[in-house]
Order: sequence, then C-alpha cells, then structure tokens
Amino acid sequence: MKLHEYQSKAIFAKYGIPIPKGRVAATADEAKQIAEELGGRVVIKAQVLVGGRGKAGGVKVAKDADEAAELAGQILTMTIKGLPVRKVLVDEAAAIAHEIYFSITNDRAAKKPVMIASAAGGVDIEEVAAKTPEKIVKIHIDPLLGLRDYQARDIAASIDLPRELWRDFSRIAAGLWQAYKDNDAELAEINPLVITKDNKLVALDGKMLIDDNALFRHPDLAEIRDVDEEAPAETEARRHGLSFIKLDGNIGCMVNGAGLAMTSMDIVKLFGGEPANFLDIGGGAGAEKVAAAMRIILADPNVKAVLFNIFGGITRCDEVARGILTAMEEVKPKVPMVVRLVGTNAEEGRKLLENANMITAETLADAARKAVAAAKG
Amino acid sequence: MSILINKDTRLLVQGITGNEGLFHTTQMVAYGTNVVAGVTPGKGGEWVLDGKIPVFDSVKLAVEATGANCSVIFVPARFAPDAMFEAADAGIPLIVCITEGVPVQDMMRVRNYIDQKGVRLIGPNCPGLLTPGEAKVGIIPGNIAIPGNVGVVSRSGTLTYEVLYALKLVGMGASTCVGIGGDPINGTNFIDVLEMFEHDPQTEKVVLIGEIGGTDEDKAAEYIAAHMTKPVVSFIAGQTAPPGKRMGHAGAIIEGSAGSAADKIRALEAAGVKVAKHPEEIPSLLK
Repeated sequence: MKLHEYQSKAIFAKYGIPIPKGRVAATADEAKQIAEELGGRVVIKAQVLVGGRGKAGGVKVAKDADEAAELAGQILTMTIKGLPVRKVLVDEAAAIAHEIYFSITNDRAAKKPVMIASAAGGVDIEEVAAKTPEKIVKIHIDPLLGLRDYQARDIAASIDLPRELWRDFSRIAAGLWQAYKDNDAELAEINPLVITKDNKLVALDGKMLIDDNALFRHPDLAEIRDVDEEAPAETEARRHGLSFIKLDGNIGCMVNGAGLAMTSMDIVKLFGGEPANFLDIGGGAGAEKVAAAMRIILADPNVKAVLFNIFGGITRCDEVARGILTAMEEVKPKVPMVVRLVGTNAEEGRKLLENANMITAETLADAARKAVAAAKG
Repeated sequence: MSILINKDTRLLVQGITGNEGLFHTTQMVAYGTNVVAGVTPGKGGEWVLDGKIPVFDSVKLAVEATGANCSVIFVPARFAPDAMFEAADAGIPLIVCITEGVPVQDMMRVRNYIDQKGVRLIGPNCPGLLTPGEAKVGIIPGNIAIPGNVGVVSRSGTLTYEVLYALKLVGMGASTCVGIGGDPINGTNFIDVLEMFEHDPQTEKVVLIGEIGGTDEDKAAEYIAAHMTKPVVSFIAGQTAPPGKRMGHAGAIIEGSAGSAADKIRALEAAGVKVAKHPEEIPSLLK
C-alpha cells in the first residue's frame, strides 16, 4: 500500500525528522489560507500516488497567497498518469543548497533491510543507479540488531556530508529506521533530503510503501488507504478476500492459486487470446467467494468468454461448482464459459455443472484453446 | 532415497487443533506420514485423531517427549513468526511453514535468526514437501503424484500440482517435490534445493517451476550452468503479468526492470535448461 507524500511526511515528523511547515488542501481557497499562514513563497504539490509529478506539471512555486490559490486551482483539475489530483500539499519553500537521496528498503536478495544514500539527490534514483552507480552508497542493517549509530555515520561520511551535520543526519537516520520498522514499511524514502542555505537538513519530500500483509497490526494506516490508484473492481475484490488485477483482454479467468492463475493467463495468450484479468480465489474458497469472483469478472463489459481452471487441493471442486451456479442465477451471463475441474471432488463438481450449459475441458491447454475460440464467437 | 523427508521423518504439527491443522494432519497420517506430536499452547495433554497423536503446550516439550525432527506450521500469519522462532529454538532441524501472509519484516528477522541456528526453513506461503509413497509434510494432495526419479522444486502451489499430475498421467514419478513458497523472503531458495537434488541418487532429472519477481531463477540458472550434471526442465509463470502489480503472491511482482518472465527464461535457456511453453509440455521435455 502506498502512502501520499503528506501522509509519509507526517509520519516522519513523528519520528523527529525535520519537514517543512505546511498542510494539505482540497480546494484553491484552502491553499490560499495555508499560504497566508505560512507567509512568503510556497510550493504547491499534487498528491497522487505516481512518480514524475514534477515533470507532469504537478509541482509549482507560488510567490504569494494569491498565486498559491491560482496554481492550486490549476493543479486540482489535473489528471496525472490517469489519476485525478484531489489534494495538494502547500509547503513553505526552502532555500536549497544541496540535495541528497536517503532511504531504507527491503533487500530481497540479502534478506535484510538496506540503507541507501546518494549525494546526487532530487532526481530519479533508478536513473542515478543506472548511469552512475558509484554515486550510490548502500549499507545493510541486521534486522535483529537494528540500525547502529556508526552505520549512520558511515553513510554520512561516504556521501561527503559536512562533519557539522553528522549529528543531525544520525538523528534523521535513526528516525527513518524507526518509521520504517514501526510501520512495517517496504520503503521509507526521503528524496530530496536537502541542506538548506542556512545549513540545516530538511526532508523536502517523503514516500512510504507499507507491507499489505502487515496491515492487521496497523489499522490506522489501513484506514487511510487511497483507493484511487486501483480499478474499482480491485477494491471490490479485496473486500471479498480475492486477489484480482484488471487487464485489457476479453477472456475472464477464474483460477485457484496465484501461480496457476498467472499460468492460465499465459496459456490464453499462447493460444492467441488476451486475458481480461488475473484472479486467484485462494485456497479453500467456498461457494460465496466464488460467486463474488464471478460477479466481478462478468461486470467487465470487455469479457467475451470466461475460463474456469480449478485444481482442487484444499479447494473443493464441488464448492466451486456451487458458487458458479449461485452466481449464474443472479447475473444470467450471456457469454460462453469454459470450465476445467481437476482434483478434490472434481467428479461431484462436474455433475453439478452438467446442465449449466458450460463448455468442459480436460487439460489446461484444451481449456485455453476452447476459451479463445469461444471469445472469437 | 529422497531429499528432506522420508518414511522415517518424525513430524510435529504446530497448530494441530485448528481447522486447517487438524484436516491436514488427518491427510498426512492417511498418506503414511509418521506424525508423532502436535503443539497448541494451552491444549497440552489433549489427544487428537482418536487418541493417536498427543498435543503439547510447547515445541520444546513435544521434542523432549517424542523426538520430533521436523515441524510443519499451520498457524495464522500473525502468530507464524513466533512459531518459527520457537521451532528453531527447540532444535528442530527442518521447519516447513505453510502459512500465507507473514509480514516481510518478520520474515527478515526469522530468516536471519534461523541462519544463525543452522536450521532449514521451507516456506512460508508454500504447499510443503512430498516424497511420493513415503511421506508428505504440508498440503500437496498425495494422490496426484507417484514415486519416481524427477525432482520438482517450485515457488507455487496449485501450479506444482498441475505439473505433478501431468507427470503422473504419462507414468512419470517424483523423487521429492519441494514447494519453496511465493513470498519475497523465504527460508530456502532454488539453489539450495538444486544442490540437494544433484547429490540425491534417486533423482535423475529436475523440474524447476518459477515465476515473475526477484532474481532467484537467474541465480539458479548460474548455478545450473556451473554445477548441475542432471538435466533441468523449467516453466516460468507470469509472462503476461503487467509490471508493478503484485500477482497474488507477495513475491510475484516485476520491479523496475528486474524480475520479468522473459529475462528469467533467457537466463535459464542460456544455462542449457529447456523451458516449457506451458506446464503440460514438461513431461515431453523430460524424455
């Protein structure tokens, strides 16, 4: 789950990381009022969950409150990479002397958190990594020990931070580590961390990604999830405990297991079709969950055929068949449906579906071929 | 011979009195697995499966009383890290965690701890282990595989069943099937299992089932090129997956330029691995 800049920076501030004064606004009037309170030059920043806001014109500097209102009004009508801008952050403008990149994230290969810093901050770090990898410093953190002070000093020294700022930098590093750890972040990033002209460190921007699997212990974070970045059907699916991703094709897929769901999509494509979605009903899904899944698939007007591929293990094929029948009574689908049931209670499942007017298949390849043919009509 | 588990494995089930734990214990016992004990804190002294299996309050007590040497974990995600720490602390050398949804930071702590203890962890978020005809530890349906000489290692659950079943339909069997799980940070990777299969006399060929996300398949390809004498056939799921989206498994995500199916397939093919276009093609590539 992604957090907005203003949400991430509010968390950083709680951990003692200095951030600019500012607040979030939903209208031009609110932006004006905040700018008046701050006085002087302000930065208006679109709050959307995609990168490249600046390049898209979603970040602007205003010299006074009137200009702040005007620019906020413009930015609030923008759509950036498909996402509508609903809020802007109004921050006091900083006098920047130097920009640093600083983050803590999960290193999958090392199986440890890693602290990453670069003296070349303010730009896309992926680009720095690709063009000038020598400008990036990485130090791994032992998850059982936590961040140690000397590691923060090592980072400060290796990005040539002036010595008089080491103490402040160590505090920021300790705060970022706690923010990352306490909130089960996958990424806690400050880009840029600036040295101001009066020689202070300030986190000008902030970004956090939170581990979805850990949200059970962060109900406050789960509550502030912005669902704008996902298709409405994906939000609906999550409510039912289904894993669903909308795609652009016309063959709806319902499968149990993530690997098999991906494979079913791949095979549809291999035989000349295009999958309309990824959908994993999970292990041990009952009839109700299956019915919900089917409603979500059939609500997509692009869907011209549906492929069911169920390999029963924990999941029982007869339960799935019952769910299919329940959903069919409700939604009365008009598109052809291909079903393949193997494994636990497959016989019973097939019997239940005998009179349901569905195309049956024996193997995965057979099912995909039939679904592709059915979608073509 | 097989790897990791066989008919002599003395299995302990953590979370044995829960719905899933009890159901799968019944299945494992029916398959012939030697389940010697269960653990559910607060239920020590009870018995399950008609008085056949004793329940203990802790892993330590269960190990002292029964000599269990392998543990399978069926507890909910929020308790699973503690269950893994407990099993490692009690000296269990092989831990299999079926639980899905364990937070990543918990797994980093678990992994670093068990590495210090020298313990082998399989999973989490995995279907477990199956040595056909001898024992199963986890949730792989026993009837979809027969004993044989093909070693199977996979990041997926039901996709693995698909492959085992496709092998069985043409009369090919498995030595051991290892589901290493779909999480970004797990206990055992492809290379660990490839090395075991390379040294296992029963295993003559290997099937490696990977998917998008991470670089484990690329590292496996390097290992295969440098160390494997046995033929390896592979399938990689997620060729149609869009970048930046998690495809069900927490670990199945293409991040930046890393982790795509095309890259993994290229790396494996360069290492001399035959890569199947779909799972049902695997048996013919093994012949």
